[in-house]
Amino acid sequence: MRTFVGIDLGSTTTKAVLMDENKEVIGRGITNSRSNYATAARVASEEARIDARFTLFRRALHVGEAGHEHSAEFLAALERNFRLIQFLEQLDDLEETCHRQLEAERFKAVAGPLQEALHVIFARLREEAASLYAPGAKRKSDFFRDIAGSRFHVHAEAVAREMGIALEMVLNAYDKSIIEVENRPPGGELSEKFRRAVARMLAVDSHAADGEGDFAAMIESALGIELEETYLVGTGYGRVTLPFSKEHIRSEILCHGLGAHMMYPGTRTVLDIGGQDTKGIQIDGHGIVENFQMNDRCAAGCGRYLGYIADEMNMGLHELGPLAMQSNRPARINSTCTVFAGAELRDRLSLGEKREDILAGLHRAIILRAISIISRSGGVTDQFTFTGGVAKNEAAVRELRKLIQENYGEVTININPDSIYTGALGASEFARRAVAA
Amino acid sequence: MTVIVGPKTKPPEAIKDASMARQKQMVNAHYDRLASAKERGEKVAATFVPGNLNELLMCFDMVNNLPEVNAIQNGLRRQSGGYVMEAEKLGHSEDVCTYVKSDIGMMAKGNIGPNGKPLPDPDVLLLSYTGCFTFMKWFELLRRQYKCETIMFQTPYLADGRITKDMISYMVKQLRQDVIPKLERISGVKFDIDRLREYLRKSAKAEDDHVWVLQSAKHKPSPIDAYFGGIYYIGPIFGAFRGTDDAIEYYKFLRSEVEQRIAQGKGPVTPDGDMGQERYRLVVEGPPNYTNFRQFWKMFYDEGAVVVASSYTKVGGTYDYGFRHDPDRPLESLAEYCLNVYTNRNLPMRVDMLENYINEYEADGLLINSIKSCNSFSAGQLLMMREVEKRTGKPAAFIETDLVDPRYFSAANVKNRLESYFQMIEQKRAGFRGAA
Ligand code: SF4
Repeated sequence: MRTFVGIDLGSTTTKAVLMDENKEVIGRGITNSRSNYATAARVASEEARIDARFTLFRRALHVGEAGHEHSAEFLAALERNFRLIQFLEQLDDLEETCHRQLEAERFKAVAGPLQEALHVIFARLREEAASLYAPGAKRKSDFFRDIAGSRFHVHAEAVAREMGIALEMVLNAYDKSIIEVENRPPGGELSEKFRRAVARMLAVDSHAADGEGDFAAMIESALGIELEETYLVGTGYGRVTLPFSKEHIRSEILCHGLGAHMMYPGTRTVLDIGGQDTKGIQIDGHGIVENFQMNDRCAAGCGRYLGYIADEMNMGLHELGPLAMQSNRPARINSTCTVFAGAELRDRLSLGEKREDILAGLHRAIILRAISIISRSGGVTDQFTFTGGVAKNEAAVRELRKLIQENYGEVTININPDSIYTGALGASEFARRAVAA
Repeated sequence: MTVIVGPKTKPPEAIKDASMARQKQMVNAHYDRLASAKERGEKVAATFVPGNLNELLMCFDMVNNLPEVNAIQNGLRRQSGGYVMEAEKLGHSEDVCTYVKSDIGMMAKGNIGPNGKPLPDPDVLLLSYTGCFTFMKWFELLRRQYKCETIMFQTPYLADGRITKDMISYMVKQLRQDVIPKLERISGVKFDIDRLREYLRKSAKAEDDHVWVLQSAKHKPSPIDAYFGGIYYIGPIFGAFRGTDDAIEYYKFLRSEVEQRIAQGKGPVTPDGDMGQERYRLVVEGPPNYTNFRQFWKMFYDEGAVVVASSYTKVGGTYDYGFRHDPDRPLESLAEYCLNVYTNRNLPMRVDMLENYINEYEADGLLINSIKSCNSFSAGQLLMMREVEKRTGKPAAFIETDLVDPRYFSAANVKNRLESYFQMIEQKRAGFRGAA
């Protein structure tokens, strides 16, 4: 089966979309961008391929259709087992890499005890791994670095104490290794991993497949479908650093325009607030960009601004929106300049203003700036689509709705749950067209 | 203290064609002449590019010093950043036109010209006012510094988009009753109208070839870049050479060079050599960025984008619209010249001009480089852009940089927008072919 790949190398996350010949998205993948865009692109597209396999499984099993009432459960179980196998593989890699670190000169004196400690830590990590992927288990993040990192620290502390060795030494070996492992996309044949996942599941989770035909055979036939990567288009901040040739690169403005058009064909205006820049884009009925404006050298009002505010308030980025939502009387913050806003924030806090009101005011300030960019690009026309990371922030969305209503009246506002993939989606469509044309 | 540092390694020498080398010699000779003017007992006049009366100043044996040109030279040589900061130290705001600050900063640092020699104090400031309010304030600042006389030559703004008889007679009257007598007094040289006629005759001759060169961009591929290359082509005619044999020679030479390129089917010369395939033909509005000039230009020629016409190359005169200095109507034609410069044109005239350029030069669209510190150019630019888009149906785009302040050039930002714009043109082409 021919597929078309779009990769959006954002400044914080890298997204990949796999599209089939019928313009249907069959897989999506995301990873953190790190400093290495090439790896990020490889990891994100690998994730998209995995996701695509699940789409094929879902199709093969006719999920949602009559006759296979357990297939959704089966697939969920398969996914858990697959993720577990992947996790264990990366854990092996991490362990090996840690041991290799110990060959370095500075570990020499303590290499023996350190080796011993690592064995114990990894044994414990492996032991608890299955519970991390048990049904209903909650993971804070799906990135290996995050999961392995937090658990490693817990066990390392205990083991160091028990064995009476310096914790820093253990952590040092880990820190040196995790970057290497993270920058090494998981190796091995995907189909093989799926087969192992099926086998493991039938052994452990077998009730998931109870009484519903031969799942294993169906999975096997879906695995037989070859996913041919026909063409790839890259976009986003890191696009130029990739070894793509010019024909494989499209600007993110065009990709966001086209992606938004594909999600909502009626869209005429697109706002994308990304980490580093904000863009107002006007498109025609075919998704072709007519006009665009973006922030100038000053990046105030971009996603990064919220990150700064979160740091300033000692909060997580994702806590900002919900807190701001509690406000009914947003403070009037006029400055969209990041540094000024920081000063205003401290000033108002010291005057005893409520944190939620200040935060609501800051969200409003960002959106005000976005509105100015949109109006310079030609204003808002029905329908309007909001994309980019900030589209997930409900407080920002609330302000946006209010201001659009005030300035432009009743227009349809679209926000897609997959909006983070808008750029990659547009890119994959460019890839498809490159071959179709 | 923030220090603006230049690049550590020198970029490879830019490739220059013979006319560029020739112009470089001319410019150097002019700066040498300026630097030694006082030794030879010559008087110096400072004046602006738009509406500059070089032929008239020559009648009084005065040497012409153009502060904007100094700022540009300092920008290209990466000196302006330091000067701008120097001016800010003296209390000039960040938002003021950076030509002004570069000039003031240069003065504060000993007024060393681009050739490394000190520039002489002006004996007179000839303020030919053609549409930019900043000019007035700029010379006020210089007058305070040099304590020299300022002559104000007032050009009526073309608010209604046309030149009237009254405007011309008003300006001729100023020339007769104010400008010329004062220049006579300051220079000690008696005005001779025949001398002026002779210079104007020479101007017109150079202007013919100059226009021919600019219009050669109608060829496909265009043999010149009318923006990046254009700033070299306008140098002599907008600066201190109009009315001289040097200028005639230069434009004759340039013309033959361009003729040759056309015959060979070649595109423009870039700092990296001949440009590759012409993929996009653009009309550009607004001044260029000088501190990152070569990097900026490269973003265009790397993509095969050539500028076929620009409004900026008309700031010192709209010769391509038919105006020529006229020896038979000497003072009247000086007036007409000033009235016609781009900065003196109202917005509808500017829109018409850009629209015509897009049509006549068969351009793919309009690009606006909006200059942060130049309000004269920036006000109304977005409206102009929309109007031109509407009239031509061609895509337009907007980028933002500065003239000579290196702090306001963000390469990533500009490149992102340019690439998007080029791809937008591409997408439109495909769209029009029905292959959406
Ligand atoms: S036109 Fe712009 S660049 Fe020229 S002097 Fe006026 S403000 Fe400065």
